[in-house]
Amino acid sequence: MSPTSNPDVASKTPSSSIDLQLLQLDDARALLDHEMNMALPPPEASASQYLQSIINGLCELSLKDPLTGLANRRHFRTVLERAIDVVARSGEPALLLMLDIDHFKKVNDTYGHQAGDQVLQAVSKCLGKCVRPMDTVARYGGEEFAAILPNCHTSYGAAVAERIRETVEALVVQVSPGVSLKVTVSVGGAYAPEWVRSTTALWTERADVQLYRAKNEGRNRVFLDQQQEIYVSAEEKNLLFGHLALGEPAWLENVSGDLPGGSASVATQRVN
Amino acid sequence: MSDVIQPSQPKPPAAAVPLKPLGKVLAVTSGKGGVGKTFVSANLAAALAKLGQRVLVLDADLGLANLDVVLNLYPKITLHDVFTGKAKLEDAIIRAPGGFSVLLAGSGMVEYSRLTPEVRDDFLRIMSGLVPHYDIVLLDTGAGISDVVLFAVSLASEVIVVATPEPTSLTDAYATIKVLVGQQKRQNIRMVINQTARLGDGRAITVQLQQVLDRFVTTEPGRPIKLLHMGDIPADPTVRQAIMRRQLLMQSSPSCPAALAIAQLALKIEDAVIHRGA
Repeated sequence: MSPTSNPDVASKTPSSSIDLQLLQLDDARALLDHEMNMALPPPEASASQYLQSIINGLCELSLKDPLTGLANRRHFRTVLERAIDVVARSGEPALLLMLDIDHFKKVNDTYGHQAGDQVLQAVSKCLGKCVRPMDTVARYGGEEFAAILPNCHTSYGAAVAERIRETVEALVVQVSPGVSLKVTVSVGGAYAPEWVRSTTALWTERADVQLYRAKNEGRNRVFLDQQQEIYVSAEEKNLLFGHLALGEPAWLENVSGDLPGGSASVATQRVN
Repeated sequence: MSDVIQPSQPKPPAAAVPLKPLGKVLAVTSGKGGVGKTFVSANLAAALAKLGQRVLVLDADLGLANLDVVLNLYPKITLHDVFTGKAKLEDAIIRAPGGFSVLLAGSGMVEYSRLTPEVRDDFLRIMSGLVPHYDIVLLDTGAGISDVVLFAVSLASEVIVVATPEPTSLTDAYATIKVLVGQQKRQNIRMVINQTARLGDGRAITVQLQQVLDRFVTTEPGRPIKLLHMGDIPADPTVRQAIMRRQLLMQSSPSCPAALAIAQLALKIEDAVIHRGA
């Protein structure tokens, strides 16, 4: 392999050339081969391309849970921090769900840890299918999972959480010939306080509280911590902007129908 | 096993039980961010100080407010140090350029943005200790409607809602007013309309809000909601200049239209809140 001649890389690396022979890449390569089934760059690729592909592979690997392929805790934390940032700046609603497989210990104790792993994998797959591509599902640890749903309005959040619960309930996991298992999940969730820069710890705790509620109330159910919601109907909005209608009718039409960001848009109970 | 999704019972927000508001505490709030809430708080404080009032502005957004940015102040000791026992309250109160006092929360206070009973008690204790030393305390609250904002507002005897004529701001202001009326049983809410284009726009907006409230919000008999129009602050290019230079408008351009409007507002507040409460 020839040392790189890419000036871009050269300017950013301590040495102006890379000699792959001097690097011990075998372990990293073996790991990627084994874990990721990663295709290596073609032989004509430059040394830096080759190295980059290994680095990319390792980065990807460091963000994944090995058993389920979901995001791991490290990745989860980064995504959660980013979500908080977006919520604070845009007021966009975001939902954090914490999920726990009910009576999972029984699966392990009765059918063995391999069966347990199969259940975890099946449930993981199921979770991935219930959310949008922009959402992040993570294995939080053990039989606990978490999902971050950015730009998620209340009606959607409740529907997704319930869909997850139902889909897992309907799931049949064949762990060995003749043995099929059914499990359920308890789901707790909390919306990030819009416009407020919260912390990962506080947000997670709020979702956790709801998860414990779901567990205590008999499992296989969903509890969401709603934030203060205020409903402002379209009729109210139209009346509110009445004074503007005389001056600027053209752009009023664009704004009267839906609320931007939804800091006060989501509907449900009246406060009284 | 129940197939029915359990209706989520929202935890009662921290401010659901109205506290006994402290005297002469004025919360400055808004539904939406970016309507000039902190700008109004800081310059109103300067204008009140000029009238000879002893004014304290408290960053009631618990570290998320921009008061430090607006005033160009970066104190070493903040409310956070008082909370954690690292400093005394007196040391956290600093003098702002406009002749008023400021208590900044400090970024560590973000940790308190979920109001546990302990945090509420601490905050309440600190507030009760502060109020007697000033003619008026302004609470610069956070944007949006959160536990912290509602709690801060619940401590105040008076509340000003700042809005701009923009539809998003009006909707959020309206929503905030609904919550304040519903949760805190507030009857009187003072309105300041910022960035108005024409004389009289602000009053028209307040009237409009009042009409929609009257039609859609039912209150207990004999306890109607009253929006009190306190004033307009006209859109004024000087404001932007002062903000960019991080100066108080009341100091850098005391005779520009917006500053004159804020001086008028201060007179009204002095009359309605400070004198009446005395």
